[in-house]
Amino acid sequence: MANIDIDAPGTSQLLIGNEAIARGALEAGIGFAAAYPGTPSSEILGSLAQAAKEMGIYAEWSVNEKVAMEAAAGASFAGIRALASMKQNGINVVSDFLANLVMSGIGKGGLVLISCDDPSAISSSNEQDTRPIAKWLDIPLVEPGDFQEAKDMTKWLFDLAEELGTLCMLRSVTRIAHARGNVKLGELPKKQLKAYFDQIHDLKSVMPTTFMPIPSPLRHFFLHMKMDKAREKFEGSAFNRYVGPNKADLLIITCGSCWLYSQDAVKALKLEDRVGILKLGTLWPLPEKFIGEHLDKSEKLLFVEEIDPFLERSVMEMVANLPPSSPRPIFYGKRSGHVNAYGELNPDLVIKAISTILGLAYQPRDIEYRKKAEAFAKSNVPERTMTFCAGCPHRATFWAIKNALKLDGRGGVVTGDIGCYSMALGPTGFFQVRTMHCMGAGAGVANGLGKLGQFGFDQPVLAVVGDSTFYHATIPALINGVYNQSDFILVILDNSATAMTGFQPHPGTGMTAMGEPTKVVSMEALCCSLGTHVEVCDPFDLKGTIATLLEMMAEGGGAKVAIMRRQCELVRAKKEKPPYRVHVDPEKCIGEACGCDRLCTRVFLCPGLIWDKKANRSKIDEVTCTGCGLCVDVCPQGAIIKEAV
Amino acid sequence: MTKKQLVKDPLNLIITGVGGQGNVMISLIIGNAFVREGYFVTLGETYGASQRGGPVMSHMRISKETQYSPFIPDGCADIILGMEPVETLRMLGRYGNPNVITIINPRPIYSIDVIGGQAEYPDLHKLVESVKELSAKTWIINATEEAQKMGSHMFANAILIGALVGSGVLPLDKKSVEPVLREVFSKEIEVNLEAFNNGIKLVKR
Repeated sequence: MANIDIDAPGTSQLLIGNEAIARGALEAGIGFAAAYPGTPSSEILGSLAQAAKEMGIYAEWSVNEKVAMEAAAGASFAGIRALASMKQNGINVVSDFLANLVMSGIGKGGLVLISCDDPSAISSSNEQDTRPIAKWLDIPLVEPGDFQEAKDMTKWLFDLAEELGTLCMLRSVTRIAHARGNVKLGELPKKQLKAYFDQIHDLKSVMPTTFMPIPSPLRHFFLHMKMDKAREKFEGSAFNRYVGPNKADLLIITCGSCWLYSQDAVKALKLEDRVGILKLGTLWPLPEKFIGEHLDKSEKLLFVEEIDPFLERSVMEMVANLPPSSPRPIFYGKRSGHVNAYGELNPDLVIKAISTILGLAYQPRDIEYRKKAEAFAKSNVPERTMTFCAGCPHRATFWAIKNALKLDGRGGVVTGDIGCYSMALGPTGFFQVRTMHCMGAGAGVANGLGKLGQFGFDQPVLAVVGDSTFYHATIPALINGVYNQSDFILVILDNSATAMTGFQPHPGTGMTAMGEPTKVVSMEALCCSLGTHVEVCDPFDLKGTIATLLEMMAEGGGAKVAIMRRQCELVRAKKEKPPYRVHVDPEKCIGEACGCDRLCTRVFLCPGLIWDKKANRSKIDEVTCTGCGLCVDVCPQGAIIKEAV
Repeated sequence: MTKKQLVKDPLNLIITGVGGQGNVMISLIIGNAFVREGYFVTLGETYGASQRGGPVMSHMRISKETQYSPFIPDGCADIILGMEPVETLRMLGRYGNPNVITIINPRPIYSIDVIGGQAEYPDLHKLVESVKELSAKTWIINATEEAQKMGSHMFANAILIGALVGSGVLPLDKKSVEPVLREVFSKEIEVNLEAFNNGIKLVKR
């Protein structure tokens, strides 16, 4: 919807935080952006890539976050302002490079890292706060409190990075990154960028310019000097402010989306005259002077932040260093149990914390109504478990895996990975997946399982991985399996897109982030080059796929590869009409009388095929069915009929 | 004619349904129309499950004064647009109050829990009655059915946008929404405009 490169300074646009960040980067005159997709960060690079040609910049989907950050650093070394963006897990992937980069310093082009955390792990495997890495590795850190700040802070951060000569980081959370709000646009720069790796930057120096972390103790000392300078800058930043009375019954210290929740909560409780809010935008190094000036606002301090007690602990450290005569506030927050140290927060949780501390009652709606509404919802709202979409090729793959493992009969184990197919931990993938951790971990874990033969282990091992995850983090694990002769089958679910995060292209798609055709990095050629057995199946050919998996499980001889190739249904449906019109023949379907025990609906669980209880028959839901025709092969009675459209 | 005002500031609108129904698109259209009229809009959406058949909701906070958070506090919804009946009731359970207004498309989308037999979908008539009982006013708009008459269930979204605008519960008129519709539905604009107008008619019937 939003074009982040519209040249309309002064107008207000409804942008998601990620688009606001991307716009901020454009306004800062960025030349280079790189990322790996990951919710809730993907739209930053996505929208920059869309605007790239028009704006004369470069944007890429890198193969993983580490390469993205390194590529962005390369641009910075040649004087180009650059950005790398990622979700919290990406920070783990890139941390080795970061730990060296902070020592080496950046080039003449400002370098900014955007980290989007996902409190409650709504679209993640894990919940993780990335702010501590800023403290751990000495990286100046900011966090926007609304959508306007997401843009303005990003823009400012490039200036700061250049002035300090160090990487700067912006942390965002789902409810900024993926929520929408008003953003007033600024000017877009019109200057031409010129890249040059200046090898002798200082005529007085005999040494050429080098970017390296050694000599490390000295570099570390310089880094601390940069952090001191950053702190000075932060003390006067307009992104930090106090709202509330001069003397308050309670002082909230907050940042990020919790700034919005805190304001909502204070308004809902009508406590504007009793509760003050100290909103921090620059988080690390802590602007201690600024905070110190407001500490006497109240004897009670409440920390409202997601996920870890980052500000809470940092302010505690700060207070511990104050002279003995200073006031000692009472701390409320995660340590005291007034705010959860897990999961995302919301206005209600902040209302609860404030009312508990101040001993207030809060009743947003009539109690009788509430009881009735909750009772109606409780008794009438069925569960709605996440599912593969109707027509999804993963349903076919896991159906084939389930049946192949059953026929093999040795209790085969499936290790899983990160993507839509992680849902195979649940009913939509017939509970086939047994392990799930980080990107590439499924194949890594399979390497261990596949070497346990000497201990009597004879269960077949299948590691399922998506196409994008294969390129991202699985190739070293596959090489390890071939080299060390670990017995597992790497099952690559190739749906030709990074589907979970919004269908971004990857090295196997022949398309770049900017929509240019490029070389296809063929996964089968790559796997074949390792000298191992590689098969390509169409998972919709259930019989053939089951037979291939069975043969490969019987084989032995180190890691092998089975590629399940069929395009993501959502991508296909955007381009083509459904291939079939599907219906259930009510004469042939014999309902509960059939020995199949409702295989098609009770077990196969495609949302496009429903159970008509009254008629005691299966039935196609024409609104949801995508006409893939796979269920035709599942029905033992041949009662599901497909007709080519 | 004087411009319509917000009956309450912030006005809290929930748009709810099942992943894949078009929830995000409806909220984008309404949200953009408000921003163009000079309002602050904050829009929170459930992502992740949004295309995987899970329950989805968009929270919209509309204000003349300030940027609210993307979460409507419990019990504080003013209007609920329900694209699916069970999901409408789910929202009423948590966000409803005696003053809430609902617009509901009564076409069920069955979850795999219902399809598999682990859960039961409630009787539709009783379900709609519960929604009515928990709302100060309810409009029942057979959007899916009407859309199918027009050739595809996909037009249900434009019908529901029409119903929301036509109901008069928002200070938005046809003129402020149409340009946004034209941008979003650039390809099939004529038929979607027709659906939008049908929605306005249906709610006024």
